[in-house]
Amino acid sequence: MLLSMQGISKAFGGVSALKAASLEVEPGEVMALVGQNGAGKSTLIKILTGVYRRDEGSIAFDGRQVDFSMPAEAQTAGIATIYQEINLAPQRSVAENIYLSREPRRFGLLDHAAMRRGAEAVLATFNLSIDVDRPVAHFDAATRQMVAIARAVTQNARLVIMDEPTSSLDEREVGVLFETIRTLKRSGVAVIFIGHRLDELYAICDRVTIMRDGQTVAKSPMADMPKMALVRHMLGKELAAFQAMAPDEDAPERPVRLSVENAGAGVRVRDVSLTVREGEISGLAGLLGSGRTETARLVFGADRMDRGTIRMEGRERRYREPADAIADGIGLVSEDRKIDGIVPDMSIRENMTLALLPKLRKAGIVDRARQDEIVERYIRALGVKCASPDQPIKELSGGNQQKVLLARWLATDPRVLIIDEPTRGIDIGAKSEILKLLRSLADEGLSVLMISSELEELLSAADRVTVLSDGTSVATLPRKDLSEAALLAAMAHQAAPSGEQA
Amino acid sequence: MTTIETPAPQPSGALSSGSRLFALAGRYGTFAAFLALVVFNMAVTPNFLSWQTLNVNLTQVATIVIVATGMTLVIATGGIDLSVGSLMAIAGALAPMIFMGRFWPVENMGLAVALAFLIPVVVAGLFGLFNGLLVTRFSIQPIIATLVLFIAGRGIAQVMTNGNLQVFKNEGFQFIAMGRIAGIPAQVVLMIVIAALAFALVRYTVIGRQIIAVGGNEKAARLTGIPVRRVKLFVYMVSGALSGLAGLVVVARNSASDANLVGLGMELDAIAAVAVGGTLLTGGRANIVGTVLGAFVIQLVRYTLLANGVPDAAALIVKAGLIVLAVFIQQRADKH
Repeated sequence: MLLSMQGISKAFGGVSALKAASLEVEPGEVMALVGQNGAGKSTLIKILTGVYRRDEGSIAFDGRQVDFSMPAEAQTAGIATIYQEINLAPQRSVAENIYLSREPRRFGLLDHAAMRRGAEAVLATFNLSIDVDRPVAHFDAATRQMVAIARAVTQNARLVIMDEPTSSLDEREVGVLFETIRTLKRSGVAVIFIGHRLDELYAICDRVTIMRDGQTVAKSPMADMPKMALVRHMLGKELAAFQAMAPDEDAPERPVRLSVENAGAGVRVRDVSLTVREGEISGLAGLLGSGRTETARLVFGADRMDRGTIRMEGRERRYREPADAIADGIGLVSEDRKIDGIVPDMSIRENMTLALLPKLRKAGIVDRARQDEIVERYIRALGVKCASPDQPIKELSGGNQQKVLLARWLATDPRVLIIDEPTRGIDIGAKSEILKLLRSLADEGLSVLMISSELEELLSAADRVTVLSDGTSVATLPRKDLSEAALLAAMAHQAAPSGEQA
Repeated sequence: MTTIETPAPQPSGALSSGSRLFALAGRYGTFAAFLALVVFNMAVTPNFLSWQTLNVNLTQVATIVIVATGMTLVIATGGIDLSVGSLMAIAGALAPMIFMGRFWPVENMGLAVALAFLIPVVVAGLFGLFNGLLVTRFSIQPIIATLVLFIAGRGIAQVMTNGNLQVFKNEGFQFIAMGRIAGIPAQVVLMIVIAALAFALVRYTVIGRQIIAVGGNEKAARLTGIPVRRVKLFVYMVSGALSGLAGLVVVARNSASDANLVGLGMELDAIAAVAVGGTLLTGGRANIVGTVLGAFVIQLVRYTLLANGVPDAAALIVKAGLIVLAVFIQQRADKH
C-alpha cells in the first residue's frame, strides 16, 4: 500500500472537521475522493500535505510513518498537489515552471539548454509537444494543468493529488487530462482525484472513497458502486429533523411568475430550464458543481448569459446587472455570506437596508426614521438576536446573519426570492425556523427559488424541484412525485422513475 | 451536513488590556498625537501660541485637508488617487490664463474671475472622471490608473504654460487665499465647509453609504444593486474637482503659478493624512474627522521641525515614521 491514513481527527476551535477519517491508496491507482461541501475532503488532504497538523491518527506513506509539518516536506517525500487554480508562475516559461526552484545549473548559472531538453522530454511522455520557452499564461487551462503535472513528475512524485482538475476544462481538454492520468498510472504513480462530476469519476477512477460529516462513510471499487448508492452515501439522510411543511396534495397550477428557458453560459451552465410559480417554493437540486449557483447568478444578472431566455411575469427580460433584476422585483440571498453577502464592518441596520437605500432616499439623504422603523420591524419579525441595530453584522452568529440578509430582500418587497443554500452553516434550530419562514412567505404569494444540497430540506419545503446535472436541467419533479429516491435518481442522471423530463 | 454555529465574538468588556489599549489608540490616537504636538510646541517652540502661528498653520493645512477629503472618499472605495498633485497644477495653470486673457480677451473682470474659479475645477473634475473610467471600464488597478495622470498631468500643465511662471495680481481671484470671512481666512472657511460637506455626505446620504458598502465588500454591494461603477466614478470625480480647487488656492496664495511646483508631493501628504487619520487603506471606512486631524498632525510635525531649525528633508523622515505608526496601530486595533 502506498498511502494509509487511519483514524484522522481534526477540530478547529472546538468544531470537529474530521472524525476518525481514513484513506488508503495503492500504487498506480486512481482513487476518487468525493463528498459534499464541508464533508472534510480538503481538510483531510491538507493534513496529508502538511498544511494542517492532525489531532489524532496515523499516516503511513510508502511503508514509513510520516508526519509532515509543512507542504515542502510532503513534496520532498513524493506527494504533489495540483490545485484548481494551478500554482504556476504565469509569466515564466513552461520550462522554467517545470524546474521552478530546482533549476539545473552550470557554473552557478541557469542551464537553460538542459532545462529546455528536460522539459521537452517529460512533456513528450504525455504526448505533448509545445514551445517550452513560451510563458505558461499563453496556453489553455488543460495544458497548464499538464505543465503542473509534468512538474510533479520531475519531482519524482509517487502520489499526485488533483483537486477538481476538470472544473474549468471543456470536454476535449478533459480527454487530454485523462490521457495524462493514464500515463501517470502506467508509470506507477497513484492519483487522488477530487471531483464531483459522476461520469468523469466512473471514466477514470479505479476506486472511490466517500466522505460525509468528517467521516469516511464508504470505500469500494468504482465498478461495485452504483451511481445511486454513491449519491446516497454522499448526501446521507437526516429526514427526521424536519417535518413536512409543504402541503402534500398538489397545489392547483398557479400562474408562472419566472421562467428560464435553455439558459447557458460557459462550461458551468449548459442548458437549464425551470419555472417558478406564484406563491410556491421551487427547489433547485443537484450535486456540487452541477451549476446551481451559476444558474442563480445568471437569472439575477450577476453573470452574463450566453444563451436562452428569461421571462418575468410573461415578459422576456435581459438582466445585465443585478440592479436590473432587483428593479423587476427579484432578490438573491447568496450562498456564501462572507464573500458576497454581508458587508462585515457595517451595522445590522445598514446591511439590512443596503438594497433598499435608493427607496429610502429623500433628496439624496437616507430617511433615517423610515430606515429605523423598517429595521426594527424585521428584527422583531425574524427574531434577529442582536445587542442593537448598530452592532456590526460580523459579530452575529451565522443564523442571525442569514436572517439579516433575508430581511435585506424582504424589505424590498420582492416578487421572486432566489435563496442559495438558505441554511448553510447555521444551527439546526435556526434551520427549521428559516424554512418555516420561507414557507409562510410563499403562502403569502412570494415566489421562492430555493437552491439546496440537502435533500431533506427540499423534500420538506419545496413544491417542485428542478434537478441539475452537469449544467443541464435533467428533471422537474412536482410535489406528488417528490421522494428521496426520485431526487437521487435524477441527480445521478438516470431516468427518473416518474415525473416529467425537462 | 454542516451545523456550525459561529460563536459571536466576546463583548468588548472581555478584551485583554493590551488590545483594548490598541483599540483606544486606534480611535483616539490621532487626536492624542495632535494634542501632544500642541503641548510639545507650547513648551519648546517660541511664540507658538500666537495668532500669527495659528494663521500660518491653518492656511498651510487648508489645501492638504481639501485634497485629503477627496482622497478619503476614493480610499473608502478601496482605491487611491495619485494624480491629485498634477491636477492641482493643471487647475493652477488654467485659472490665471483665463483672467489674464490668454484664451479670450477679458471684457468683464467679474465674469472672468468667476470662470477662472469654475472652469479649472470642472476640468480637474473631468480628469478625475477619466481616472474613474480607467478604473471601472478598463479594470486597471487604481494605483496604475491614476499614475497615468500623475505623470501626464504635470506635463499637460507645463505644456499649457510653456513652462513659464505666471505672475499675477488679481484681488477678486485671490480672495480665495487672501480674503477673510468674518475675520477667518477664506481658505480656512473653504476647508471647513468642504470637510463638513464630506462628513455629511458619508454619514447621511445614500451615495455616501454606498461608497462605504463598495469599499467594504464590492461583490456584496453589486449583488444588492448598488451601481458600483457609478459610485467609483463619483469618488474619482470629486477627488479631481477638489484637487482643482486646492490648486486654485495655492496659486492665489502665491500670486504666481508655476506648473513645476504647484501640488508637488501633494498625493503623499493627502494619503498620509488619510492613513494617519485612521481610514483603512483597504477601503470600507471613511473617517473625515480623522483625515482633518491627520492633516493637522502632518502640518504640525512639519511646522515643529521647521520652527526649531530642523530642515524640511528631516521632516519627510518623521512623516514616514508617523505613517508606519498609524497603520500599525490601525491594524492592531482591528485585530482584537
